[in-house]
Amino acid sequence: MRGRLGQTPSQTVGPFFTLRLYREGENVLVGPGQDDERIVIEGRVLDGDRTHIEDALLEIWQANPSGRYRHADDSRDLPLDEGFTGFGRAVSDFHTGDYRFETVKPGLVPDVEGAFQAPHISLIVQGRGMLNPVFTRIYFSDEEQANEDDLILRTVPASRRQTLIAELTDEGPPKVYRFDVRFQGDDETVFFDF
Amino acid sequence: MSEPVIRHYGPKAYADHPPFSYPDYRSTVKRSPSHDLIRIVQTLTETTGPGPAWAEISEEDTDLTTNTGTGSPAIGERIIVTGRVLDEEGRGVPDTVVEIWQPNASGRYAHWRETEFPAPLDPNFVGVGQCLTDGQGGYRFTTIKPGPYPWGNHPKAWRPSHIHFSLLGPAIGMRLVTQMYFPGDPLIPLDPIFNSAPPHARDRLVATYDHDVTEANWALGYRWDIVLRGEMATPLDEGES
Repeated sequence: MRGRLGQTPSQTVGPFFTLRLYREGENVLVGPGQDDERIVIEGRVLDGDRTHIEDALLEIWQANPSGRYRHADDSRDLPLDEGFTGFGRAVSDFHTGDYRFETVKPGLVPDVEGAFQAPHISLIVQGRGMLNPVFTRIYFSDEEQANEDDLILRTVPASRRQTLIAELTDEGPPKVYRFDVRFQGDDETVFFDF
Repeated sequence: MSEPVIRHYGPKAYADHPPFSYPDYRSTVKRSPSHDLIRIVQTLTETTGPGPAWAEISEEDTDLTTNTGTGSPAIGERIIVTGRVLDEEGRGVPDTVVEIWQPNASGRYAHWRETEFPAPLDPNFVGVGQCLTDGQGGYRFTTIKPGPYPWGNHPKAWRPSHIHFSLLGPAIGMRLVTQMYFPGDPLIPLDPIFNSAPPHARDRLVATYDHDVTEANWALGYRWDIVLRGEMATPLDEGES
């Protein structure tokens, strides 16, 4: 095999990324036919002092309620939803630190051992003072059994699994889940390498 | 029912990237993980990504000197920045959303956030661009050379001229946000953000002046290629070098 090229190093998004990386409405993923399935995910990103990070960028990627990703590699015979791409961006509020997504709960997608994963959303967090993105996952507190069986959650030490589970705080509609991202400390959010 | 394709991407080479905590860049200290990352297998969630489906790509957004739509050109040194988005095998990565943002020629961002730097805004320059890589991974922007600007990290801290680049390729694991610097800038060795990259990899952040890209009576040309994590043919490739 010939010599491989070296990866271009990551650099921070800095304080001015909202110029390009966030447009109003990009935190609402719900498609035109999905109103009945709307859920809200909200929270804050907290630093090592548990001060909210006022300029965080959060990006999510998820399957639709049928469990299908809008991607050429996912050719399964499952419906796609018009107007739902599965990708969204949110920024934390500069004053309160709160972020908010309006989306739908994803369906079941396969793991690599012939079973299905618990419903989950992939989350990437970046910000000023972060030289690399961090990758994590959002699971749901009202999917207790599926979470127990989930291949990825079982990779995580039991004492830290709770950091990946969004807590149902309002039955709605829409259902509201809270998911805070924490850096440092015993209750630091689990971040993944894959 | 047809089976999904589950690709296998090579690892993020953390040795080629900055550490999470780099105290010379002060705000990293409290905004970095303290636990080790947890290694997980790649499932369909990790090997897919949004691609271009969500983005509204317009040809106008490749020219930052005119895309404010005011009808008047931006002020400053007009430049062309072009290159290819590649994987580690040197293959072009098509259909990647490239988004850029930058300050104007005076070093001022057209951003609502307050700064103590009293440099002028240019009403004909917002400093944002977007394009999709072509079939060979190529991208190309026309813009204004950004000015350096001061920041609060340490006394007399100035950022070297740079353009922010965001890349969203075919899989979320390839996500990269980085910055492009200009050759010969005397501020580069003084910049803790640039220096956060490991020494062997820093040159990869600096564009080269390319006289072939330069257009007569129009603009100077810079070339900058960006290398993302690549796909492995099979998982067995991981141990080879």
